[in-house]
Amino acid sequence: MWQELRTELYPRLEIVTVALEARGSSAARPWIEKANPAHPALIDGAHVLAALGVINVPTGIWVDEAGTIVRPPETAYPRQPAFKDRVVPAEATPLQREAIELTRRLNVDADRYVAALRDWVERGVASRYVLSPDEVVRRSRPRPLAEATAAAHFALAQHLHGAGEDALATEHFKEAQRLHPTSWTYRRDAWAIAGPDHPAIYGTTWLDDVKREGVENYYPRLEL
Amino acid sequence: MIFHAARVSAAELERVTGWALKPEGLCRDERCVPFTGGSDDAIGLADAARALGMPLVEESRAGLWALGPRSGGKALETATLPDITLPDLDGGLFRFASLRGRKTLIVAWASW
Repeated sequence: MWQELRTELYPRLEIVTVALEARGSSAARPWIEKANPAHPALIDGAHVLAALGVINVPTGIWVDEAGTIVRPPETAYPRQPAFKDRVVPAEATPLQREAIELTRRLNVDADRYVAALRDWVERGVASRYVLSPDEVVRRSRPRPLAEATAAAHFALAQHLHGAGEDALATEHFKEAQRLHPTSWTYRRDAWAIAGPDHPAIYGTTWLDDVKREGVENYYPRLEL
Repeated sequence: MIFHAARVSAAELERVTGWALKPEGLCRDERCVPFTGGSDDAIGLADAARALGMPLVEESRAGLWALGPRSGGKALETATLPDITLPDLDGGLFRFASLRGRKTLIVAWASW
């Protein structure tokens, strides 16, 4: 998805993709091999990037030449995703219709995001999109004890899943979700592992959660 | 950050967390926090967790312990990108520190 932009902007900009996949490389491999990226494509099974404030995907973080973050985690699409223009098929069930219509309403502003990225690559520190270190810290998410503890539970769950201890893993996935209820990555990765039975196991669905939390909150509006 | 024992060596703690045992305490980059409760051979995870402000979760049924990130402030304590190491598809390890010298966009994504 990012290879085209990387081809345009490299070597002035490197892109590193990180797959948040508790199942490990097997889940990400088909996508990565199809994209055949020239850039580093990494796997983050334990969601280490959550420690930086990543709670949904796709999320971008800008880092300058000195290793300083100049924009903290924020929604990052390289182009308008297909779901924004999806038409409801005539044969769609009411539930399918609701899901498609709701997904079309998600906040995605790929054009503005990519324009800002190009501006940074062109102008460097003079770009108006570069934030000061203090502003980067201010804009990053708070990390209360509950959310830090959720990260430990998620790491345990991912490790236990890899060891075949799925019953124990599910307990820790649930605890991570309880302690960090606004993290979509903790929920959706655990649901992917559970498969079609995930509503019975976790007691909710993506559609139910988006409706409850507000479609406008799924991807916060870009503050460029 | 997973551990298989409640007491670990200083080298193991540093490998997993990045925090090294030094005379000043536990240190990472330029920061140190006071810590007197361990030696190179044995550091109690609970003691280290308390000193670092990290939550420690025990899963006794599997003999596992997990540390979460430091809590109480912002997810980004500073604007310096931590030197995270992650594997690629083939298991090769990639250090974020190797990106120094070039603007970088890090993108988190998922297949689900």
